[in-house]
This record gives sequence, C-alpha cells and structure tokens, in this order.
Amino acid sequence: MRITCPYCGERDRREFYYRGAATDLDRPAPDAGEEAWENFVFLRENPAGVTRDLWYHEGGCGAWVVVTRNTVTHEVLETRLASEARS
Amino acid sequence: MRFSGLRVLKEGLTGNKGWTPHWRDPEPRPEYDIVIIGGGGHGLSTAYYLAKEHGLTNVAVLEKGYIGGGNVGRNTTIVRANYFLQGNSEFYSHSLKLWEGLEEDLNYNVMHSQRGIINLFHSDGQRDAAARRGNMMISQGDDAILLSRDELRKMLPYLNYDDLRFPIYGGLYHPRGGTARHDAVAWGYARGADQRGVDLIQNCEVTGIDIKNGAVRGVQTTRGPIRARKVAMVVAGRSSQVAAMAGMRLPIESHVLQAFVTEGLKPVIDHVVTFGMGHFYISQSDKGGLVFGGDLDFYASYAARGNLPTVENVMEAGMALMPMIGKARVLRSWGGIMDMSPDGSPIIDRTHIDGLYLNCGWNYGGFKAVPGSGHVFAHLIATDRHHENATKFRLDRFRTGRGVMDEEGKGSQHNLH
Repeated sequence: MRITCPYCGERDRREFYYRGAATDLDRPAPDAGEEAWENFVFLRENPAGVTRDLWYHEGGCGAWVVVTRNTVTHEVLETRLASEARS
Repeated sequence: MRFSGLRVLKEGLTGNKGWTPHWRDPEPRPEYDIVIIGGGGHGLSTAYYLAKEHGLTNVAVLEKGYIGGGNVGRNTTIVRANYFLQGNSEFYSHSLKLWEGLEEDLNYNVMHSQRGIINLFHSDGQRDAAARRGNMMISQGDDAILLSRDELRKMLPYLNYDDLRFPIYGGLYHPRGGTARHDAVAWGYARGADQRGVDLIQNCEVTGIDIKNGAVRGVQTTRGPIRARKVAMVVAGRSSQVAAMAGMRLPIESHVLQAFVTEGLKPVIDHVVTFGMGHFYISQSDKGGLVFGGDLDFYASYAARGNLPTVENVMEAGMALMPMIGKARVLRSWGGIMDMSPDGSPIIDRTHIDGLYLNCGWNYGGFKAVPGSGHVFAHLIATDRHHENATKFRLDRFRTGRGVMDEEGKGSQHNLH
C-alpha cells in the first residue's frame, strides 16, 4: 500500500504510523458526558468499505494526514492534511 | 453415526462406502427459540453447548458461507491458557479443560496435541515478567515452568541463543498448551450440534435484525425471515456490520492478521515457540508445514490479505530467532480479519435489546477460546446470567472504565493489542 502525503507525494506505507479512525479529530468537550467520551475513545463505525483514518508521516515530514480509503480493496481514494480536513 | 476404531477398520475393508454426511442440510424453519448468527467455531460450540448443557435444541445456526470457511479455518491453531489477568485467566483455564475432554465429548478427532508452548525471554526484566506470569498461571491451577537457558538449549537446540541484540535468557514453558486441527474443531462441533437437533443453515446471510419495543423478534435473511425469541451475534470479523443492523456501534476495529506456512518438512519443531523481542510465533503442523505468524498489518482492513512490509517483518523476526528457517520455502500466506477491541480482551454479554446477545472482540485469540466461549455464551443465553468463569467480558467496561482487561498493558487503542 502506498499513501500520498500532501507534502511529500506518494510514499511507502512503512513511513506512516497508523492512528485509527479519523473520528479522533472530533474531540468532545471535557464535560460532554460519558456517552460522548465512550463514543470518541472506544466506539467505531468500522466500515467494510470507504473509511477515513489518521496516519502520521513519521518517516517523512511529520504531517498528520487524513486518508480516505477502502478497507476491502486497500485502494487509497484521497489524502488531506489533518489541519485542513478539520477546519 | 459414531466413530470408533472398529468402524474405521470395517469401512476400510469395505471400500469406505458406509460413511454418511456429518450433518444435515435443512431448510430454515419460520421460527426457532434461538437463532445464532455465525457458523464459525464460536457459533457452533455455542449451539452444541446449548443443546448438550441446557437441553435447548430448537436452535438454528445461520452461516453466510459454509461451515469451517471463516476464521476457524484460517488461524494458526494454537491452544493455551497462559493469561495473567483475573477475568482472562479463569476463562482460558476453563476453555483448556474443555479442550482436554473434547475428543471424547464430541466423538471426533480434533487432533488436540498438548506439545507445550514456550514463550522466550531476552532480558532480566522479561524474565521477571515471565516468572510473575508463570506464578499467576500456577495459582489459577494451570501449569508453568520457568526454564533456564541451559534447560532450554536441551529442548530447543536450533534457536539462535547468542544473537548480539536479542540473546535468549530462557523461556516460560506451558506444557499443557499446544495445537489442534482447526477444521476438525468446526466439523466436530457442527456434527455434535446437528446430532442433538440443531439446524445448521449454510449460505444464509442475515440482512436485518427485527426489533420491536426494545426486544428482538427475529432476523431477516437471504433465505427469508426467521422469527426467534433470542438472537445471538457470534460473528467476529464482521461484528460491527451485524451489530449495526441492531443500531449498535461496537468498540471494535477490524484488522488483518497474516499467517504463513512452509512446504512440508520432517519433524523439526516439536513445540509452539514464541519470540520475546519481535512478534513471531511458530509451530509445525502434523503435515510437516511450519506454521507461523506475527503482528497485525496495523491498519483497519477487511481485505483478508495483507501487505508486504508485515511479511518482511515476520520473516526477519523468524530469521533472527531461528536462522535454520531460512532454508524452508514458504508455500502460502493468508490474512484473517480480526475483531480488535480497545483492551485486547473479548466481549461476551447481553445488549441493551432484550433477547439480543453479543460475542465478539476476540483479537488474535479466538481459536483457543472456541470451547470456552461457546460454553459460557450458551450459559448466558440459556440463563441470562454470566457463567462464573466469564463475568468480566462486559460490553460496558469501556464506558465505565471498570474491569478493563489490558493483558499487555498497551493502552486503549484498537491496533495496539
């Protein structure tokens, strides 16, 4: 699998550290309650198909990248900087 | 049909014409007391113990593919009870005891081989951790022996003891651990459940779960609707999709785990051996193939095949541990889809919907749990109470933070276990 870093271009998957679902970008408020925090920390959509997840370009530029990809085919559909995807 | 030495002899002398199919192929009936979604190892053993222990035989197992075609037929077949944490240790101990009587119980040869498992350690710190784990196993009533380097050398002469980076200091030996023939486990439980009246319905995919007023009423399938008072989801690998039909989100992320097997070789590895400084474990099948594996690929996947970096990593670990393995040729590799839970431990619990039960989150470790998981899940479904050896696999432990069982102490991220 190869992932296109928005800064560095197409790179080997080995340069990236996988964080998990991109729901990590939607951090609830500290007082949002048990349910919201369980949802954020533990529960996952976990789709068989298109998903968005967070990868860290550890062996490259150090960018956090939101990768849209297919979990069934491993096809990478889109990559964006996390800072842009969030705003 | 019962298997016996006499029967094998008789069939052998008469052209093997007397064997019959091991289970029926029934049409689904419109209604059952209990519907089990998933005809893998855990679903089949659940059905078997519902019938055997609780006398509940108006039961259907719905399998979207064929019996033995999922993870129960794609694993590395290791059976052990070397867990550390309370909650896990009594459960896996219970499961291992069921394994030890399984062949007589099922009248089926599952080739359970207690050849022993050795977890290697490579530093003083790891030796301390191994000693502590061994003591926990012994206090649970299971077996563990701490082997020195010299004792280990006599048992496993082929390891690379003097690797500069990861010298071997010794190993924790679990003599009752071993392997079993994975397909036979599925077939044996399927046959046992069928003989007791359970309907095993293959090529029957569940497409919906009917819920009314907070209680389950049945399921929709590709072979028509089926009513049921109780529905059990036992679909590790696809848990999130099936639970979504009941409107649930699970603390599960699906990952791909690869395994490898070499060409058949003469006996060379007599035990199950695990590397302590890289994720690598190996055993030799009765056909002679070296069966080994390592880490996850570390990203969510349903592809049932992995990527090359993990292949390279596993091969490197194998070469570091036992350089002789370099002479063996890898015959094939494959990937299985793992239900990864945030603490690396499974979930066996009721849900917020009356009559809907959940069994999932087996991470890497589902195979050894097949007898125990089915036994305690059948108990939960039949009595609505947790079995005494499975009280801690609660679904709400993540929300409350009580009883999270992080065996490896790695944190609450799905791909770290």
